[in-house]
Amino acid sequence: MIPELGHFALIVALLVAIIQSVLPMIGAARRDRALMGVAVTAARAQFGLVALAFGCLAWSFATSDFSVANVAANSNTHLPLHFRLAATWGSHEGSLLLWSTMLAGWGFAVTVFSRNLPQVLRARVLAVLGMIAIGFLLFLLTTSDPFTRLFPAPPEGRDLNSLLQDPGMVAHPPMLYMGYVGFSVAFAFAIAALIGGRLDAAWARWSRPWTTVAWSFLTVGIALGSVWAYYTLGWGGWWFWDPVENASFMPWLAGTALIHSLAVTEKRGAFRSWTVLLAIVAFSLSLIGTFLVRSGVLTSVHAFAIDPARGLYILAFLAIVIGGSLALYAVRAGAVGAGGDFAPVSRESLLLGNNVLLVVALVSVLLGTLYPLFVDALAAGKISVGPPYFNTVFYPLMAPLLFLVGVGPVAAWRRAPIPELWTRLRWAAGIAVVTAALVPVAMGRWKPLVALGMLLSAWIAAATLSSLVHRLRHAPQRGLTAKLRANAPAWYGMLLAHLGVAVFVAGVTLVKGYEVERDVRLDVGQSVVVAGDTYTFRGVAAVPGPNYDAIVATIDMTRADRHVTTLHPQKRTFRSSGQVITEASIERGIGGDHYVSLGEPITGSGASGAWAVRIYVKPFVDWIWGGCLLMALGGFAAVADRRYRLARARHSEPAAALVAPT
Amino acid sequence: MTLKSLRWLIPIAVFAVIAAFLYAGLFRDPREVPSPLIGKPAPAFSLAELHAPDRRLSPSDMRGQVWLLNVWASWCVSCREEHPLLVALAKTGIVPIVGLDYKDKPGDGRAWLTDNGNPYRTSVMDSDGRTGIDWGVYGVPETYVVDRAGIIRYKQIGPLTEQTLKQTILPLVRRLQAS
Repeated sequence: MIPELGHFALIVALLVAIIQSVLPMIGAARRDRALMGVAVTAARAQFGLVALAFGCLAWSFATSDFSVANVAANSNTHLPLHFRLAATWGSHEGSLLLWSTMLAGWGFAVTVFSRNLPQVLRARVLAVLGMIAIGFLLFLLTTSDPFTRLFPAPPEGRDLNSLLQDPGMVAHPPMLYMGYVGFSVAFAFAIAALIGGRLDAAWARWSRPWTTVAWSFLTVGIALGSVWAYYTLGWGGWWFWDPVENASFMPWLAGTALIHSLAVTEKRGAFRSWTVLLAIVAFSLSLIGTFLVRSGVLTSVHAFAIDPARGLYILAFLAIVIGGSLALYAVRAGAVGAGGDFAPVSRESLLLGNNVLLVVALVSVLLGTLYPLFVDALAAGKISVGPPYFNTVFYPLMAPLLFLVGVGPVAAWRRAPIPELWTRLRWAAGIAVVTAALVPVAMGRWKPLVALGMLLSAWIAAATLSSLVHRLRHAPQRGLTAKLRANAPAWYGMLLAHLGVAVFVAGVTLVKGYEVERDVRLDVGQSVVVAGDTYTFRGVAAVPGPNYDAIVATIDMTRADRHVTTLHPQKRTFRSSGQVITEASIERGIGGDHYVSLGEPITGSGASGAWAVRIYVKPFVDWIWGGCLLMALGGFAAVADRRYRLARARHSEPAAALVAPT
Repeated sequence: MTLKSLRWLIPIAVFAVIAAFLYAGLFRDPREVPSPLIGKPAPAFSLAELHAPDRRLSPSDMRGQVWLLNVWASWCVSCREEHPLLVALAKTGIVPIVGLDYKDKPGDGRAWLTDNGNPYRTSVMDSDGRTGIDWGVYGVPETYVVDRAGIIRYKQIGPLTEQTLKQTILPLVRRLQAS
């Protein structure tokens, strides 16, 4: 009964989505208030219905209702409850339902937070969101019904893909989707503005918080996926330039460019047609990402069931959504007009540089990702594009971008004379040069690339902190608290995010420069010294888990004859699928990780045999994800800005908005 | 239309090109990878025969004739798919097929051939999969075409289909036999 209820809710949601996309559009064209008013009701009803359907599927998973094919294929009674619930989005069908739920959730949020929007704009935004919802709901109902029944019901389900049975994987898809889907709001604003022909500062101001929130979620989502790959795949890597990773990274690059160009459009009215194009591109790349993951056109470690019919559907949907919006862009963008002018060196020009670099980086990632497809389609052979390409192309683009991160926030709008910039930044430059010279020496080995990375990282950190000091010193208020309050949360958010970039760059630089990787064969009782620490293999033991059998090794780590910790890397064999996954054991620290993973038995398989063991020392690796977290926190902090809240709560200014986030 | 207004069409033009390639990509299999072993001598092995474990076979025994090496296993589901094609091919007697029973138990392998028909001139046992590694097997079934001189000429990953057999493998076999 419950699955049928869910299925029925989806059908009704589709009908509501059709109403949501048609009536308000007509209403907006005729300035008919009643028709436009339908948008809010429909968007809220849609959210209720899709959330109900999602709840029904989650319920089927929680109660292990194996008469539902999706549950039987992706769950198991031995799976703990939290993983059964996470299995709701572990399959293609379930993750699409999650996508639709989030889309409806974002639509609901628009109805709540946009009371101050002009009614015409709000009606159009919600109508565009409704159109996207139609596409996804039709996709669910026609090719990917999550509620299909199985008769007779099997007594036991298969299992959730064992790689997904991990806390990191439970949170990674929802976060990523919040980001992907969140760009739909910026997209809807862009389309609504193109239809209305009004691309002004107000449009940019309304789009900004939505874009920033979506981008922050996407940042967290990508970081979670990276952490998960790091400790589960057993290679100690954190980014592989896999097509599906790239599929999430490209919208991130476009979103980053969009956030910065929206700032210019809001403050100075410039870059308007460019900003609207970026808004379309960011969401389009999210859709293309979905296509790449599910259509099987590229090989990847991310395996969703591959089905050409689904691929064809998504491609048709892509053609309509992206083709349609770019056609609208081609017709309307010419009429937008230019914004205020600016000097060759000004905050505008620096942000333009930021956008150019980000977009070139984006195009290079897109090319690298799709190149195998191009070559194959042209029958020129089979190739795969790996990290060497991406590293060669990507890093040189990032260096000037990182340089700009330090300068941009200091530069004035319209005109920023270089001597003035130099006065403001000379301290930061000095600190950066000293750091670049000292850190490689302190780490024990001089490496030019490490020096460059640390130069850029310290440059961003010092320049960011110096703009904080500058602002506080020149604030007219008395007392530190008053001075701190004088600045907008959006500004602190920006500082926080830029500091995150500095932390991230330091992490990447130091890991790449000084990581130590050793594959060793260890007999029971044997020791090995890696980077000054002694690792002693104490043997393995079989330990049963809830739905897997684990082989757990015990490895003592000692430094200068003092016991530091005992590590327990595991190999888990899942009973239902027979799939084996490695679970690395990591001694984490702010200065780096000691990472041990268990390979294969070399002699015998009993407790006395020798094993292959991988020992990695990863200096400052956690800074990579710490940096991402800071960037995301910066984004969330920026949204707390009172300029965005002012109109929403015109009568009672919330006190919280005035307090700077910490 | 002036040149200046044409630039607003650039985004949609770029998208059209990408979409065309994505469409083309839908009908291609990215997993269909050419083997680096093509044009190289077949890796040597000396393995016990499935039906007569005291006898051994190695690729050099096949010197002087064109032959196929088919990698199969009793646990392999897609092998059942291609198996009727192999049985039919064996009946024609065009080309000898050697089976490599990959990571299988001899008893299971023999029982499977009894049930499904035995198209192989000989099957050898690669119980630990070591020979499979030498030959670059990464999905069962796989089929290799080896020429008179013992050089690998073609590799098919995944089950044979009537189409690949008729259009690719058999013409190649005839050409190699004629040379």
